[in-house]
Amino acid sequence: MTATTLVPSAPVASSQISRGLVRALCDVAVLTGRNLVHIAREPLRLSDVTIQPVLFTLLFVYVFGSGVVLPHGGSYTDYAIAGLLAINLTTSAIGTAVGLSDDLGSGVIDRFRTLPMWRPAVLVGRSLSDLLTAAICAAFVAATGLVIGWRPEAGVASAMGGFGLFLLFSYALSWGCACLGMISESAESAQGLGLVILFPLAIVSDALVPTQHMPTVLRVIADWNPVSAVTAACRGLFANPNPSATIHAWPMQHAVLASLLWSVALLAIFAPLATHLYRRRTTD
Amino acid sequence: MTSTLMIEAHGLTKRFGSTVALDGLDLEVPGGAILGVLGPNGAGKTTAVRILTTLSLPDSGSARVAGYDVVREAAAVRGNIGVTAQDATLDGVLTGRQNLVMIGRLSGLRRADARARAIDLLERFDLADAADRVLKGYSGGMRRRLDLAAGLVTRPSVLFLDEPTTGLDPTSRVRMWGVIRELVADGVTLLLTTQTLDEPTSSPTGSWSSITAG
Repeated sequence: MTATTLVPSAPVASSQISRGLVRALCDVAVLTGRNLVHIAREPLRLSDVTIQPVLFTLLFVYVFGSGVVLPHGGSYTDYAIAGLLAINLTTSAIGTAVGLSDDLGSGVIDRFRTLPMWRPAVLVGRSLSDLLTAAICAAFVAATGLVIGWRPEAGVASAMGGFGLFLLFSYALSWGCACLGMISESAESAQGLGLVILFPLAIVSDALVPTQHMPTVLRVIADWNPVSAVTAACRGLFANPNPSATIHAWPMQHAVLASLLWSVALLAIFAPLATHLYRRRTTD
Repeated sequence: MTSTLMIEAHGLTKRFGSTVALDGLDLEVPGGAILGVLGPNGAGKTTAVRILTTLSLPDSGSARVAGYDVVREAAAVRGNIGVTAQDATLDGVLTGRQNLVMIGRLSGLRRADARARAIDLLERFDLADAADRVLKGYSGGMRRRLDLAAGLVTRPSVLFLDEPTTGLDPTSRVRMWGVIRELVADGVTLLLTTQTLDEPTSSPTGSWSSITAG
């Protein structure tokens, strides 16, 4: 028979807490690794962070770029890359919803639930493997940009800061998408729901066109859209043309701070919500 | 073994909407014993197993597994049980070995121990040759055996097998009963469900309890 021995002393208690933390991190690492094996086995799953960013970058730069005149001049290609990071990273966050929805439909979650593991590791592991795919996505956009003439005028550290802001935002957004995955009946509906929410979020922003000439309502929405804040901050850090810098809305005047606040706020809301929805979804 | 009860349930009830899936189930399984739960489809066998393995919460009644309450001490229960569910619950994209190592790691085994345990189990279940094949390519019988191996990774003291022979061909069935007999000989407490006692000669001896539609 198993018997638990209780040793009522504080050092034991704290070592148990740290052992619990190590176990939790270990569970997260195991599940992140599992998701990466999935990616390695089915590389076509990565098309939305490899082929799509290349395609979007070329299409938007050459189609939109031929018609958009920036308010204060500058090259559309230089302007567009930060926006394309926004469009691609925002829409590829849907992958989190789809991946979780797939898992929930497959029965593997039931197996995990009978194991003495840290339960939220399923969500955290997913968010980390999706952060890696977001980094791949960003690299493809940047590489395509460099090929067609995009040049960040800022130093390397500043430019890396721009990518960092985007990855943080993408990470926060993937927790929001985790919530969508939890309320969707299937991977297909998760994909559909994700697109309906994230596509407008990505488009009604300063990502592809300056907001100056949008109708008033759209302009206000766009100027306060978190996607705009991250894009404007990134343009600033890349030292690329950033027409939003002359807009008086607070997030456009403090784009870096605004994008950090948005990311932290999204995480603070959606990480606990996703955990709650996961518990609810997996309890019957 | 002691005569301590390893599985006990009192008045377990579970409803899904207006459907009563389980209506006051009582069970007592002493350590090292085997209990077969017999009943037709929809009788609540899977619901009972899901409650006892902490996957489902009972509407009323209580249950203890390995001495722990399945609701209040669910984590401790999970540390003591192995489960082979009726539906496939392994990762179809991973190989057999990767599945077992993952389960070992998530159960708290160190990497080297999880790997060694996976090799042991793959050999024991005659899956060594298929160890590095992706699970999607396994036959039904192989999948079932891997499912059972997955339930044994942590050398649990209590094992739940939900319809372990369903969907298997006669040869695989005989083989599965052989494995089950070995487990019982090792002293594992076992609860298994089946629709029919179709292999009475090869089924292990133990107590059988029937469960009828709620």
